[in-house]
Amino acid sequence: MTVYLLCFALLLVGLYGLLVKRDMIRIIIASGIMGYASNLLLILFAYKRGGLYPILEKSKAVGERVMVDPLPQALVLTSIVIELGITAMLVALAIRLFEKNKTFDITKIKRLSG
Amino acid sequence: MKQEPGLTIIAKTVTRISVWLIILYGIYIILHGHLSPGGGFAGGVVIALAFLNVMLTFGHETVTRWLNIDFLHDLEPACGAMYLAVGILGIAVSGSFLANFLNKGTLFNLVSSGNILVLNIIIGIKVAMGLFTVVWALALFRFDDGGEK
Amino acid sequence: MILPFFIIIPLLAAFLIALISGDRDYWAIIVSVLAMISLAVLALFAFITIGGKTIVYEMGAWKIPYAICLAVDAFSAFMLVIISVIGLTSLMFSIFYIKHRSPSWKYYALFMLLVTGMNGVVVTGDLFNLFVFMEIALFAAYALVSYGSHAEEFEAAFKYAIMGSISSTLVLVGIAVVYSATSTLTMALIAERLPQNSAVMFWSGGLFLAAFGLKAAIMPFHAWLPDAHSSAPAPISSMLSGVLIKSLGVYVLIRLFYNIYGAPPVFLTIFRVLGSISIIIASFLAIGQWDLKRLLAYSSISQVGFILLGIGIGTRWAILGAVFHILNHAIFKALLFYNAGTVEMVLGTRDLRKMGNLTRILPYTTTTSMVATFSVAGIPPFNGFFSKLIIIIAAIAAGHPVYGGIAIVGSLLTLVYFMKVQRYGFHGEKVVEMEDVKIGWGMRTAMIILAVLCLATSILVVPGIRETTLDPVVNAIMDKTGYIARVMGR
Repeated sequence: MTVYLLCFALLLVGLYGLLVKRDMIRIIIASGIMGYASNLLLILFAYKRGGLYPILEKSKAVGERVMVDPLPQALVLTSIVIELGITAMLVALAIRLFEKNKTFDITKIKRLSG
Repeated sequence: MKQEPGLTIIAKTVTRISVWLIILYGIYIILHGHLSPGGGFAGGVVIALAFLNVMLTFGHETVTRWLNIDFLHDLEPACGAMYLAVGILGIAVSGSFLANFLNKGTLFNLVSSGNILVLNIIIGIKVAMGLFTVVWALALFRFDDGGEK
Repeated sequence: MILPFFIIIPLLAAFLIALISGDRDYWAIIVSVLAMISLAVLALFAFITIGGKTIVYEMGAWKIPYAICLAVDAFSAFMLVIISVIGLTSLMFSIFYIKHRSPSWKYYALFMLLVTGMNGVVVTGDLFNLFVFMEIALFAAYALVSYGSHAEEFEAAFKYAIMGSISSTLVLVGIAVVYSATSTLTMALIAERLPQNSAVMFWSGGLFLAAFGLKAAIMPFHAWLPDAHSSAPAPISSMLSGVLIKSLGVYVLIRLFYNIYGAPPVFLTIFRVLGSISIIIASFLAIGQWDLKRLLAYSSISQVGFILLGIGIGTRWAILGAVFHILNHAIFKALLFYNAGTVEMVLGTRDLRKMGNLTRILPYTTTTSMVATFSVAGIPPFNGFFSKLIIIIAAIAAGHPVYGGIAIVGSLLTLVYFMKVQRYGFHGEKVVEMEDVKIGWGMRTAMIILAVLCLATSILVVPGIRETTLDPVVNAIMDKTGYIARVMGR
């Protein structure tokens, strides 16, 4: 039970960083932390007590041990790829914003308002 | 004192030897994607990081001269189109998109499990080229005179 | 049979454009126009022949509990038609518009990826597949908002990307919660196995409401929309505002809360409240705007509030009005953004105070903007009148007269701010001179096609035609057990 609470705490840490920090790079890192928290939650839901890793090997028989659920691991792989793309795009946008505004501070970038 | 691009001579010597091992390791991960954890995406990232390693130690211009960037940049949508072609072949052969129509072979062999091996290789090349092109384009920015899109 | 081709055709077009284009965008235009025309033909064919059935297609030659399946019923075919038609007109407009900004093949490749993502969201029957296609569409949307490389566009794209990534994380957490309760990802099986009125349903429903509500720009989650839609180039604004917020936001909300959760009353109440807040507050905010595209963006938030109010009421007539309003809003909002783009290209400014009497120099634009204004304000016989009337009558007939009153007030406020646009923007006192640009024939054709559609789609409410076109859509939405049975093939 505590594992799930800690995972939720990680999500909240990422959300706090996203909302409070003013430097663009720190905002991008905080959105990455939120992504890590959701991936961790998916893997935690896949665990079966006493389970093996879900790979067939030539030397071991399949036997009577249970295996952990491999489907959320595929979902996490896809989600990591997607977040890599999002982070790359955010970093490119941050570089172009720095070029135009000469600062990484988001409280000073206020051309659009109202 | 003239500033040479890249890191020190120790880093350059070690990189000259180790970058080929990194690329070999990436190819190993891609090819054994159906037997052990890894597969196309993980191996592709490792190969992209090998090229990134060369770019960090030797500087941006050396990599531009060493590799043919236009060809690598065109390889990525070519691999995407090849992936869709394999999927459409699946429709033509057995009626479902991405159906597994090649010979499935015996278990635990390297060449087995049909078109999963082919798709792993295509994805590996695509991810490696895509990731490396993104990092190469981001490194083109110079903060005094602007860069390209 | 033809279902995977809704995804294959634009994706293959995007890769081919990236591969075969040199410096000029000649091949890019040809490939993208061919792809959009074939998609429009396929979508119309699918919508006309689908009736009340559901077509299910499993990918990869696996069977249902293990396969990713594509499931198209009347509602999906309806959304496919909207996406294809608005996409075709947007492509026609943008061929001539982009020539003046910065022509490049990258625009067309990103546009094709946007259409791929939206088609994939509408066609799929698997929850995680929906997430993947939503992300594909959002990538293309973030990149297209910042196309043109002005300073405001990067700031708008950054805001949109950060808020979009929060909502994507929330979708993942919601999918994790649903998977832990049902151990399947196929939407029909989730509908079967999810226990009603349990904690899992409220947790995941709340998470999905927040995440997809942000995509649909409902009122507490709307903050990215005015910046993004006013800074994007005009054909992209029309695609984003006309189709994307409805395909990624409203369509997924209807699928989840009607077909999978079975319309729980708590969530319907939340829809009604959020819809009413969207209508009123966004209209007030729109009245105070002097930037033309920002005003249109706030108007989008307000109209999506109407759709959400119709969904929240929950009776047959309300859903009919909401679905019809999805079609109408796509048509007239796209038309209004094309007008704004033409005015911006000709005068070089978006500020309403600097525009004047445009009737002399832009006759087609002024006429089509009058048509669109009558449509959105709800004046008969244009199509906006019928959809708003159906929502108001359904609200009063279902026993919620307060919501009917709010919808009427919202309609009046819509008329107010669009009269402001007409008074200052098109029929003002100043006589302005044109910059030396020519309006291409494609831009005029796109605007005229949409203006004609504004008038022509009002016949969809006539009782004879309604049975074949709009009634199957409402049946597909309201029938949860029927959805499960048709997808599972029993």
